[in-house]
Amino acid sequence: MASPSSYLPFEKEIQEKEDLLTTLENKGEGPSDEIKRVRKELTKLVQKIYTNLTAWDTVLVSRHPNRPQTLDYINLIFDEFVELHGDRAIGDDRAIRSGFARLGDYRVLLIGHQKGHTLKERNECLYGCAHPEGYRKALAKMKLAAKFRLPIVCLIDTPGAYPGIGAEERGQAQLIATNLFEMSRLRTPIICVVIGEGGSGGALGIGIGDRVSMLEHGYYSVISPEGCAGILWKTANEETKRLAAEALKLTARDLFRLRVIDDIIPEPLGGAHRDHRQMGNILKAYLLRYLR
Amino acid sequence: MTSAGRIKRGVPEGLWIRCPQCKGTIFRKEMEARLSVCPDCRHHFYLPARERIKQLLDEGSFEEWFTQLRPKDPLGFTDRVLYSQRLEAEQAKTGMPDAAVVGRGYIRGRPVVFAVTDFAFMAGSMGSVVGEKLTRGAEEATRLKLPLIIVSGSGGGARMQEGILSLMQMAKISAALARYDQAGGLYLSILTNPTMGGVAASFALQGDLTLAEPGALVGFAGKRTIWNTVRLELPDGFQTSEFLLKHGFVDRIVPRKDLRTEVARIIDYCEH
Ligand SMILES: [Zn+2]
Repeated sequence: MASPSSYLPFEKEIQEKEDLLTTLENKGEGPSDEIKRVRKELTKLVQKIYTNLTAWDTVLVSRHPNRPQTLDYINLIFDEFVELHGDRAIGDDRAIRSGFARLGDYRVLLIGHQKGHTLKERNECLYGCAHPEGYRKALAKMKLAAKFRLPIVCLIDTPGAYPGIGAEERGQAQLIATNLFEMSRLRTPIICVVIGEGGSGGALGIGIGDRVSMLEHGYYSVISPEGCAGILWKTANEETKRLAAEALKLTARDLFRLRVIDDIIPEPLGGAHRDHRQMGNILKAYLLRYLR
Repeated sequence: MTSAGRIKRGVPEGLWIRCPQCKGTIFRKEMEARLSVCPDCRHHFYLPARERIKQLLDEGSFEEWFTQLRPKDPLGFTDRVLYSQRLEAEQAKTGMPDAAVVGRGYIRGRPVVFAVTDFAFMAGSMGSVVGEKLTRGAEEATRLKLPLIIVSGSGGGARMQEGILSLMQMAKISAALARYDQAGGLYLSILTNPTMGGVAASFALQGDLTLAEPGALVGFAGKRTIWNTVRLELPDGFQTSEFLLKHGFVDRIVPRKDLRTEVARIIDYCEH
């Protein structure tokens, strides 16, 4: 189990257990009964904690810095990626990536938000918050896919569309509206998966599909818990953020129950960030199932 | 400049109203007689759905549809107030079951499917009932081959209290409007103050033509959200009808008094 470098607030016990395990293993005495016992305890602990996540905990998992993002999945499960840049009007938004991709025997058009792992990358792609250019680019490439009958895979992972002056000047609402309108009638299959954050209109802007699903610990919401708390509770603090997250019913289980999504895609024990490879395999199998 | 008079002490509240734009004090009756436009500076005041219907449609021609649709509380949402209680209060305040009114009417003798969202009901936000009514309106317009006119006024965008179901209304109405478009229908979208968030990012900006009343606030992100992100002074006139016109997202800005004539004229160009 790859140990994540940063632990979430509710993972304190997991951290202690993993530290203990590391200490034991570093003694170099081989697999002792104690190590076996601690490993078993650790698995149980992770299981216990991750089956009892609150809505706010889930939001934190979905935002975990080590959680795999679109570029990680491109490396993990796609055999080829031919990036197609630019919206043919203003620029090349780095918060949304698009291109031809090969998944097993299938050729698809892949669209995905990219939030970035390093600070440099995050500044470049603005934490996955796209400008109008990103939505225009996505639609242009999707129309290309529809013309040549390529299925489309959309990986959604954004806190929301970018709230800025330039974004408004260049028609953020208009470009999202156009995407919803056009995606609904594209004549090619579209599979959408919320791999992390499904932040409001910014997520929906590439989220209209024939099949819409979520990873187990993703969230999908009309507004961020912080935004909701700020408006309805007048202030966003630790307590109101939790209340808002709970009230919004934003987890994969909630959305499945509300019949908004088709499937919940399970994550490795302790979240996707603990095992990229396994997460990739699960997602790959899922996508292949619906490409067939 | 007309002098609508200055406020006098002791005058009962409601007789006079302060214009948020020119700060003048105007006689409410006079303002209302002028289609709720400030006689001094032409500021366009909020207009209830019923008033909008009266102003835009031929007298007595409106037949309301889908009146049986009532909002529910699918999430059991509670902030500081139960959503179900909030709904009851809004219904009592406005006399409307939810924020949208949809039906059929005539504009200078031209039959249309007409829809309007009312800012007074939870800031005109879109939950399941608003989304469903607008979707059915678009479907009826498709079936009857009639022009569709939607007047949007929503500060709330997608309604938070119905969570993800509100977001999904954006998808639902978009798909219905796309089918209507495919069938060759004419959709005229009229933006009024304010049209924000998920409403702007769906049906309000999916028209064949986009008209806007002067000075309406129209945009995606709220000013506070933008300020919190960029920490920059927002330019004058940011996110107004005029701003959208300048940046190419609005076909025409139409003062309220001309709206009826303009809509009828556009219908004649497209539906001949
Ligand atoms: Zn005035």
